[in-house]
Amino acid sequence: MTATESVGERVRVTLTRPTFWVEWASVVGLVLLVVLFTALDSTFLSAGNIRGMLLASAILTILVVGQAFVILTAGIDLSVASVMTFAAVMFGLAMTHGYGILLSCLVAFCAGAAVGLLNGVLVAKGRITDFIVTLGALSAASGTALILSDGKPITVISAPLFELSAGSVGVVPYTFMIALLIAVLAHVVLFKTKFGTHVLATGGSVEAAQATGIRTTRIKIAVYAISGSLAGIAAILLVARVGSAEPAANMTFLLNSVAAVVLGGVSLFGGKGSIKGPIFGALLLTALSNGLTLLGVSQFYQPLAVGVVVVGAAFLTRFDK
Amino acid sequence: MSESMDLLEIRNLSLSFGSVRALSDVSLHVKAGEITAIVGDNGAGKSTIVRCVAGVHRPDEGDIVFDGQVVNFVRPDQARVAGIETVHQNLALVEDLTVWQNLFLNREISHGVGPVRFLQKKEMRKRARDMVAKLAVNVPSVTSTVRRLSGGQRQAVAICRAAGFSSKLVIMDEPTAALGVQETRRVEELIERLRSEGHAVLLISHNFDQVMRLSDQVWVMRAGKCVAGRRARDTTAQEIVGLITGAIAA
Repeated sequence: MTATESVGERVRVTLTRPTFWVEWASVVGLVLLVVLFTALDSTFLSAGNIRGMLLASAILTILVVGQAFVILTAGIDLSVASVMTFAAVMFGLAMTHGYGILLSCLVAFCAGAAVGLLNGVLVAKGRITDFIVTLGALSAASGTALILSDGKPITVISAPLFELSAGSVGVVPYTFMIALLIAVLAHVVLFKTKFGTHVLATGGSVEAAQATGIRTTRIKIAVYAISGSLAGIAAILLVARVGSAEPAANMTFLLNSVAAVVLGGVSLFGGKGSIKGPIFGALLLTALSNGLTLLGVSQFYQPLAVGVVVVGAAFLTRFDK
Repeated sequence: MSESMDLLEIRNLSLSFGSVRALSDVSLHVKAGEITAIVGDNGAGKSTIVRCVAGVHRPDEGDIVFDGQVVNFVRPDQARVAGIETVHQNLALVEDLTVWQNLFLNREISHGVGPVRFLQKKEMRKRARDMVAKLAVNVPSVTSTVRRLSGGQRQAVAICRAAGFSSKLVIMDEPTAALGVQETRRVEELIERLRSEGHAVLLISHNFDQVMRLSDQVWVMRAGKCVAGRRARDTTAQEIVGLITGAIAA
């Protein structure tokens, strides 16, 4: 009897601890959504639908990892989605010029990394506000993508690319495995390496980090480069999924990447957070739009729902000090 | 011949920020195993001089001789490597990192190849516990985040970090300015313990009682100049105040 009481007590203490909600908001939210949607439509948890959701979340997950690194240093990368578009167009052009799949992937990766690096240098060395730099990069990358593609989608036909987007092991698509691998690597980098500690220190207190000799400009350049590189990888998955490289704006990806990171309990002031939280945030947002579609709710309601969920999560985490 | 060797010697140091002459021709020295205090009014250049020693600022002119060698630090970590640790006024702790992470910040024990360095967390936690135990610092646990510590505990962690890693000189900028009476007493004990452990301490303080109580040597700064040096036992708080305000000519 006393044992169950103490368990109950412990649960109560845990649930009322504000940091619990910060760390677990995205997981709890995801579970609640799954329960809700399953109750409303039993096909929500069917193998086909789970596979569909994982497939749909892969690209966002990769972008979210990069965004998380940047936000952990108290920055923000508004250019992730546009860099992805730019890298996708570069990928498409490389493919149409007969570079072959591997070289084209390298082109996409390097295109993303280059813009990310430029962002980082401008933020860290140029001392221009991250918001302005990446807002400029958002516009510049989209514009360059439009110029290079002449505003038209570039059709990419490639058997390995099709296999990448269509293949899966059980309900887990290849693309989601790639996203998961990146997430695991990111987690290891953040919490098991010296670099990760320095990222957290730079975000937590630039002065303190510098006082101990951490070269915070390098750290900042690195996180933007990571974000850009991951946008480059995401671009490959995007082209694989769509079947063409489109110079479209992809603004939803940008908003969702920031939303997922906030849902995942990463402090916008930097220095605190995880990788798993934002990943669950990305899954939550994907499940939300999937569930609403499944229930036949108009697409127009989805951005509204995302907005409500994000502000709701921020409400849960506002006690965090 | 002096009683003990000069660990740090500052010779004719000058530094200007634009048209502001922050330091002009400052010379002073710090003996090994002693607590040396620098006192002066706000803006007298106390913090600027220790920032030069700590590698934050680079002097325009003059030499800094540390442990028998002229040093020319460009970055703070070079001063750390040489054995000069600083407890900054703002403590330079990262609130959301744990005590042990702060103690080992940018000095993480790691293994790996090239730039890929994996942390050896267990080893660092163990050594952090040793560091804390050695100075008898009252910190709840090395795995708690700094955010959860009181002002005095934070100060203790910062001092602990400076005392670790076999540093020869510990610079402290106003270590007790933000603390209560009891916590101030604890930090003062800690400073005395540093001296008995063989560290030299360079102390900046506004608190004359504290300076007279703790230090062996006092340097007085006024308007960017070092105007006087006294052995603490040969002077009085009154004389020091006079030297600071300029009422007593040096």
